[in-house]
Amino acid sequence: MPSANGRQLIYTDAFARPLLETASYVELFLKILVGMKQVPQKDAPLKLNESGTWIREDVSYEVNEPDAYALEEALRQKEKHGGEVVVITAGPARAQQVLREALAKGADRAIHLEDTAFVGLDAFNTARAFAAAIQDESFDLIFTGLQSDDYGYAQTGVILAELLGWPHATIIMQIEKKDAGIRVKRELEAGYFQFVDMPLPAVLTIQSGINKLRYATLIGIKQAKNKPLRKVAMADVQSSLSGNLQKIERLYVPQKTKNTEFLEGSAAEIAKKLVDKLRNEVRVL
Amino acid sequence: MPDSILVVVEQRDGKLNRVSWETLTAGQALAAATGWTLDAAVVGKEVANLAHEVAAKKVQRSYAVESPRFEPYTPDAFAFGLKQFIESRAPQLVLMPHTYQVRDFVPKLATAMGRTVISDCVGYKKEGDKLLFTRQMFQGKLAADVSFAGPPPWFVTFQNGAFRGDKVETGASAAPVETVKVELGDGVVREKPQAMFKEAKQAVDLTQAEIIVSVGRGIKEQKNIELAKQLAEALGGEIAASRPICDSGWLPMDRQIGSSGQTVAPKLYLALGISGAIQHIVGMKGSRTIIAVNKDSEAPIFEIADYAVVGNLFDVVPPLIEEVKKAKAGS
Repeated sequence: MPSANGRQLIYTDAFARPLLETASYVELFLKILVGMKQVPQKDAPLKLNESGTWIREDVSYEVNEPDAYALEEALRQKEKHGGEVVVITAGPARAQQVLREALAKGADRAIHLEDTAFVGLDAFNTARAFAAAIQDESFDLIFTGLQSDDYGYAQTGVILAELLGWPHATIIMQIEKKDAGIRVKRELEAGYFQFVDMPLPAVLTIQSGINKLRYATLIGIKQAKNKPLRKVAMADVQSSLSGNLQKIERLYVPQKTKNTEFLEGSAAEIAKKLVDKLRNEVRVL
Repeated sequence: MPDSILVVVEQRDGKLNRVSWETLTAGQALAAATGWTLDAAVVGKEVANLAHEVAAKKVQRSYAVESPRFEPYTPDAFAFGLKQFIESRAPQLVLMPHTYQVRDFVPKLATAMGRTVISDCVGYKKEGDKLLFTRQMFQGKLAADVSFAGPPPWFVTFQNGAFRGDKVETGASAAPVETVKVELGDGVVREKPQAMFKEAKQAVDLTQAEIIVSVGRGIKEQKNIELAKQLAEALGGEIAASRPICDSGWLPMDRQIGSSGQTVAPKLYLALGISGAIQHIVGMKGSRTIIAVNKDSEAPIFEIADYAVVGNLFDVVPPLIEEVKKAKAGS
C-alpha cells in the first residue's frame, strides 16, 4: 500500500517478513516506541547553577507526567493487539530510573541515550539523537507526552515525525487501530475534539488523562531487572547532531507583575483577614 | 529587500481567531524595535476577505495564502504550504500565536526548513543587535531568555495573553493585499480529519460565574473536594478545577479551567492547592481578583495572585467557610 508521500508501507510479522495487505494484520502486532523524560519533581524547589543558564542537578526527579500516560497507552495498545513496547530516554545516569519504572510496568525493553550533555540539547537535536538511536528498528507507532514539564517546548515528538518522514497528530485522547492505519481523537481548544484517520507508521503526542495509570507490581519490578536496556553513548549519535539552533542565554526567577499581598497568621486569623478583603476590597460579600 | 517580519494569523471557518491580533501587536512592537518591515499572512482555502481585514492594521502587506487543501486543517498541508510561501518571501522572523493548531504544525514546518521554533514565548527583549525571546520554564517557576543560534527565518510562537490584542495599531491606509496560491499535490496530506465536535453539552458555563473556587492537586483526595464545594457554596460561587483533578474524574471535565478547558475572568478567583502551571494560568489570569492558597511558597500561582496565603488549605478553608457564613449572616 503506497503511503501518501510515495514511501512504500509494508506491514511485517514478528520476523520482519512482509505481510500481504489483508484485514488480518489488524489483529497483529504493534511495535511501539515511547519517548520519556525525567524532569524535576513538581514541587521541588529549584536552584540556578552558577552561570544562571540551567538548574542545579541536586533536585528530586520524576517521570514527566504526560509521558507516563504515553507509556500507559502503549501498554494498553499492546495488550489489545499484541506487540512490543520499547521505552527511550536521553539524560544522565539518573534518568535510567524512568526506564526501570517503565520496564516494571510492562515495557519490554529500554534504550538509554546516556550522557549529561543530552540535557542541554534543543528539541531539534534531541529528536535527531532519538532518530539516530532507532535507525535499525522498525516501529509502527511512536508516542511521546504532549510536552515536558521542564522545557515545555511541545516539539520533540513532532520534530521526530518530520525527521522520519512520518505523519503525526498531537494532543491525543484516544487511539483506535483500523484496517489501514489508526483513528485518533485529538483534543482541540475550548472543549472541542476531532477524529483523525492516518496511516502507519505515525508519531502521536499523548495528552494527560487519556487513560488511568497503572502501578508497577512487585513481580513487575522483579522482572524489570532482567529486561534488556540498551545504552547509547553521545559518541554513537554525535555525527547526526549539529550545534543547537537556539540557546538559553539566562534562566532566572520571573519578576512579579502583580503586587501580591501575603496574608499571615494563624489559620483563624488568615480566615478573618480574607473575609475582610472579600468584603472591603473585592466587594463580593 | 529589507529584512521583514511575517505574522501568520489564525482563522477558522472564515473568522480570525482573536489571538491573531495579539500576535500582530507583537509583530508591530518587534518591527518598531528592529526597523524591519511587517507583513501578515492568513492561511486557508479562500481567505482574501480575512487578509483585507488584517490589511486595515499597520502592516506593509497582507497575504492570503490559499490552497483548497488547507481546508480542513492538517499539519501536512500547513507545513508543506507555508514552507513554500515562507521560502519565497524569506522573512527574518516568523511569528504565530501558540494555539493548539500552531503547536501541531510549526515544529514540523521549522524542521522541514532546517530551522527551529522558540515556542510559547511571553515577551521579547532587544539587547544590542540581539533578539531574545522570553519563555516560561519549569511550569512557570523560572523564565528563560532564549536566542537563535542558527540562520533565519526564526520561528517564534507567543502565548495567549502575552500581548494586548486591543492595542494593535491601525494603518494610515489599508495595506495592499496579495493572494498567493500554493501548490499541494496529491499525496501530500496523509491525515484525514473528521468534523470537530463537543463531547457533551457543557452543563455549566463558568465564564458567567462572578465567583469561582478552584481546586488543584493540593486537594489530595477526592473526598476533600467537598470542603472546596462548601466554600464555593458559602460564597455563592461555582466550583472549578485544574486539569489533573478532572483527569482523575474528581470533578467533571466541564469544570476545568485552562487552555484545554474554559477561560474565565470572574470578580474573584480563589485557587486552592493550585500550583499555577501555564496551561491553567492562561485560563484564569484575567480574573479581577485572585486569591491563592498553596503550601509551596514558590508556586507560580503566587506570581499573579492579589492575595496569597502560604499554608495548608485544610487548615485555612474550614475557618474561612465559617467566617464567610458569619459575614453573610451579618450583612
